[in-house]
Amino acid sequence: MSPDSLFDNGYWTYLYILIAGWLVTDVWRWLGVLIGNRLSNDSEVMYLVRSIATALVAAVIAQMILYPSGALSTTPVWLRIGACAIGFSAFLLSRQQMIVGIVVAEVVLFGGLFAIS
Amino acid sequence: MKRVNGDNSSLQWFLKGAAGIISIPAFILMGAFVGFCSFSYETGVPMIQVAFMTGMMWALPGQLILIGAMIAGASLPAAAIAVGLSSMRLMPMVTVLIPEIRSKSTPTWKLLFLSHFIAVTTWVYTMQHVRDIPKNGRLPFFAGFAITMTCANVVLVAVLYGVIDRLPEMVAGALFFLTPIYFITSIWASARTPEVYFAMVAGLILGPIFHYLTPGYSILVAGIAGGIIAFALERSFRKFWGADES
Repeated sequence: MSPDSLFDNGYWTYLYILIAGWLVTDVWRWLGVLIGNRLSNDSEVMYLVRSIATALVAAVIAQMILYPSGALSTTPVWLRIGACAIGFSAFLLSRQQMIVGIVVAEVVLFGGLFAIS
Repeated sequence: MKRVNGDNSSLQWFLKGAAGIISIPAFILMGAFVGFCSFSYETGVPMIQVAFMTGMMWALPGQLILIGAMIAGASLPAAAIAVGLSSMRLMPMVTVLIPEIRSKSTPTWKLLFLSHFIAVTTWVYTMQHVRDIPKNGRLPFFAGFAITMTCANVVLVAVLYGVIDRLPEMVAGALFFLTPIYFITSIWASARTPEVYFAMVAGLILGPIFHYLTPGYSILVAGIAGGIIAFALERSFRKFWGADES
């Protein structure tokens, strides 16, 4: 299939999206349901699964900070890391107020960009 | 969220969940979809197809990969493998969420249907709020939030496609930067057991390391390795301090 015919509003494109998009995504969700349905949330296996799920999301977060696409890619990496670190510290110091962490991180990022520009 | 009486009806819990559309995480996710919208407009994939894949996939990283495959003219198996690998991370997330939201009488078909609406934001938000909700209200609360979020973002994509073709650099940067700091703080705040802290730190450190060691599979490898390390740490801490600690 060439890209040109792919963008036709024919059935093929929707079939392509259904198989390569929907099916291969939802099959993991269904597997997750079938496994999760057999476990209680304080079982030993669940500790391991919870660890893996959290580490996966953390790896995605690291990716977003270190290798961003689009507008953030032109900002210095040390500033992005610093803004997240300072924002996270503020979050801990404020007795885990998420909004404090988020606002501080954004302020540090844009304050820093302003200062070095 | 305030603790409300346990005898609220399912509909009330569903509506409470739906009201979560007016919240910081909902706003952040919509910001990310605005970015996705302008990206897909630039690639030339038609609006109907973009809206269709948003509703059918409901997983932003996978959607970016699928669009990339479409414009590169990738074959169906190649696209399916690339998207499938990125969506694999949903499985442990769903496995963790299901025992939190189901009750003993919840039929499996209902969970299979509702699992479609689990993605990172709805996962983080639900994990954070379910503990304040009585058992019988958790599934409708999750359904209300997650289905509303999915529908709202399909509409958002359909309405904004081509309207916002380019965001101002500063606005786009601020929107993109919200997501990582929101994920870090909300997962930390909603952790109930210590392995979550270990796993967060392990994933943040191993992600970049495996980015160089195993490019293309870095998230999967870092997630599994980091998760196993965090689990082992938590276990040895539990052993060391005695079983009554945990």
